[in-house]
Amino acid sequence: MGFSMLGPVFRQMFKKPWTNKFPAKYQPNNTTDFLKAVAEGKAKINPPIATPKGFRGKIKYDTEKCIGCKLCIRVCPCGAIEFKEKEKKVKFYLARCCFCSQCNDVCPTKCISMSDEFLLAEADPYAKELIVE
Amino acid sequence: MSSETTQTTYQLPIGPIHPALKEPVMFKFEIDGERIVDVDVELGHVHRAIEWTGMRRNPIQIIYLAERICGICSFVHPMAFCRAVENAVDIEVPERADYIRVVHGELERICSHLLWAGVAAHEIGFDTVLYLTWEMREKALDLTEYLTGNRVTKAILTIGGVRRDITSEHIPKISETINYFNKNFIKLKRAFLEDKTVKMRSQGVGILTYDDALKLCAVGPTTRASGVKKDVRADQPYAAYSDLGIDYTTPDLLTGEVNGDVYDRIVTRLLEVKQSLEIIQKAIDQMPAGDLVSEPKIPKLLNYIKKTPGEGVGRDEAPRGEVIHYVKFDGENEHPYTWKVRASTYANILPWIPMLKGEQIADIPIVAASTDPCMSCTNRVGVVNNKTNQKMMLDKETLHKLSIEKTRRLMR
Repeated sequence: MGFSMLGPVFRQMFKKPWTNKFPAKYQPNNTTDFLKAVAEGKAKINPPIATPKGFRGKIKYDTEKCIGCKLCIRVCPCGAIEFKEKEKKVKFYLARCCFCSQCNDVCPTKCISMSDEFLLAEADPYAKELIVE
Repeated sequence: MSSETTQTTYQLPIGPIHPALKEPVMFKFEIDGERIVDVDVELGHVHRAIEWTGMRRNPIQIIYLAERICGICSFVHPMAFCRAVENAVDIEVPERADYIRVVHGELERICSHLLWAGVAAHEIGFDTVLYLTWEMREKALDLTEYLTGNRVTKAILTIGGVRRDITSEHIPKISETINYFNKNFIKLKRAFLEDKTVKMRSQGVGILTYDDALKLCAVGPTTRASGVKKDVRADQPYAAYSDLGIDYTTPDLLTGEVNGDVYDRIVTRLLEVKQSLEIIQKAIDQMPAGDLVSEPKIPKLLNYIKKTPGEGVGRDEAPRGEVIHYVKFDGENEHPYTWKVRASTYANILPWIPMLKGEQIADIPIVAASTDPCMSCTNRVGVVNNKTNQKMMLDKETLHKLSIEKTRRLMR
């Protein structure tokens, strides 16, 4: 009986915060300037928590191995894969991808795989970083 | 002038958009002062055409669509769908896959119940418990990410089995998480069941009697908290549940009595977290070796489904209650002829009416939340005085404030 949370709350005061400060330990005055400084090597990014093995991130595509069988297009739930008639290859639009990795499973030549990259925020859905071909 | 006094009530509409409601639902309350005299529920504000979309896709694509019906039940919906397809076209699931399905299903139940516990604490203005439960939930999500590759959308199921194995490499992390939960369960139990604040706001509030729960077909923890022994895992065991010995979790196991109030719903869910931990441990220990999926070649599977006519039902015990998927194939097309989904919250909407009658406005958030409808959206309540047609708005903050104020009032 009583106030059971009082103990945990006091104990909490002496604990370190759980949050991983990403991308910087303290909020930069200007994020764009901060990212520029990172690109120039003047500042350092506080890394995100590592993803576990088997994480489903940005798609990696080996064009050489692809035989153009279109099976990935048949199973893709979001219609994120387009067939390029001329080259007989495929094109992935990551803005539409739901990262289910079903295309990896169905691919007979294993030319598709998932990387651990997950920082894919972009203002333009058709940006170069969001199209894999 | 007439000497008789005419008593009138106010109408208080809540919804269609409200954070305590899973889907946009419209409540119309008849209010006499602070007391709720009558409730009416209106449905049908959100129609996402998910079934229509599904009827134009092949079953493999629908798994990922079903996963997105609900953000929290992202395992049970595809599970019910896969079981409906397996039932329709007679696909046998390997035994090992059945055990892995149980592990993921129970892991999801732990995540969902802990999330609910936090939200319920938030609704009564007890935010420290929200942080405690969500800190614990983080461990369950980490394990989910480790086992499936993502925190929420698990993408673990496929028709006729599962897509990822649980290997000996995974076992240490699973045991570590189970130990963590067993150790911290005491904390959770103390925070919820022994605390004065929680007891004040939940005991004797939002009562759903045994008869009402039966009559209104409530499902899941909502009905079990009223003493109705109803659980798909025990009534019609699916996957590997028949091997694992599931018992109904009613609140009298812990408290010795069934009241059917909000407190009992908290007790039921906490007991279920404990039960889920035991089931996961048992499933890991008893897991047989074998195949993961009955037909690994997806094009072959799709062609088989295309040629086979049939209809099937998949029933599943979601964290909130029973989920039903119905699928029919005509034997000519790859996509299903019909796909029907009945989510568990739908069955838990009518019980709101007896629960809310006679309660106060400040109890609406916790009573509505006690059936575990999904918490999202923004909160806005409009109060209209019918007599003068004067309108005033009660937004999310005000309603939440009212709830907190009631907690403070009771503590004085």
